[in-house]
Amino acid sequence: MIVADKKPVEEIIEFVKDDKKILILGCNECVTVCEAGGKKEVGVLASTLRMYFLNQGKDVKIDEITLERQCDHEYLEEIRDVADEYDAIVSIACGVGVQFMAEKYHSIPVYPGVNTCFLGATEKRGLWTERCQACGNCLLAITGGICPVSRCAKRILNGPCGGSSKGKCEIDSNLDCAWQLIVDRLKALDRLDDYEKICPIKDWSTDRAGGPRKVVREDVQI
Amino acid sequence: MRLNYPTSIKIIRVPCTGKVDVIHMLRAFEKGADGVCVIGCMEGDCHYKAGNFRARKRVEQVQKILNTVGIGGDRVKMFNLSSGEGPLFAKYAKEIHEKIMELGPNPIKLKKNKAA
Ligand code: SF4
Ligand code: SF4
Repeated sequence: MIVADKKPVEEIIEFVKDDKKILILGCNECVTVCEAGGKKEVGVLASTLRMYFLNQGKDVKIDEITLERQCDHEYLEEIRDVADEYDAIVSIACGVGVQFMAEKYHSIPVYPGVNTCFLGATEKRGLWTERCQACGNCLLAITGGICPVSRCAKRILNGPCGGSSKGKCEIDSNLDCAWQLIVDRLKALDRLDDYEKICPIKDWSTDRAGGPRKVVREDVQI
Repeated sequence: MRLNYPTSIKIIRVPCTGKVDVIHMLRAFEKGADGVCVIGCMEGDCHYKAGNFRARKRVEQVQKILNTVGIGGDRVKMFNLSSGEGPLFAKYAKEIHEKIMELGPNPIKLKKNKAA
């Protein structure tokens, strides 16, 4: 999923401090799971802002809506009739949701209420870690299911580097060396021969290096 | 045990302090409460294992939020006691009452009343 973290509320206050009608817009998907932008967080942020403005002696109307998703037309359309009522919308969906909102509702300022961080997994409640950088050309089949692009600090494809020590990465002694994990997994799969094969230079044109990307699937288009 | 505690305190019963969420405490302040105190079981004695630990973390979050919005994080506090400790309950109730008297009313309530 897309992992996001809460933005300091002071920063959000700064965005909307002069507005009179504000909509806090949550998303029911990834950001709900990582407890940054779901219905619950919408309620907390709205309540915080209401108290802030009241304490400033300002009369500001703050509404709360949480959509199923903010990255699909059909759900974003659900606020079509009410969006114009607001001076500003704070979207606490990921950056995709914020941008899609901004594209669709061109004349209303949309502000991000979270910091979108990475594609990752929930290791345990309150701990999310990165697993994929959407390089567009997945290598996991040859690396034992462990991604060197997102998990190796140097993104090297024929690792480990000389900094790997006791299974940890040289940038942080608490961080597993991705290549140690890869070797361990290949060993467990009895596929260490694969480790001997030199991984050819990766075509990075499918990664961000090739500019903004798109996926076109004519087979599902009508 | 007919113990007295300040009449300013309204008790809201919950099955476990783990049920008390950040939004519940914020709503109380939004509606004009001068203070909120969460009283849970002793740490390590939670029937649901971690309910009172969750509550403590949430109380800390609310303290931060109240500081940010200018109401003051001291208005919310967590206490732990066992259900057999009536006198301690009365003592904590008195303590929070005195703390709130010292801090004065919730500034939001005053401003809301002014606006109305
Ligand atoms: S190789 Fe690329 S697509 Fe596969 S997990 Fe790593 S970053 Fe993601
Ligand atoms: S120590 Fe391991 S994870 Fe860190 S940069 Fe080197 S190969 Fe990559």
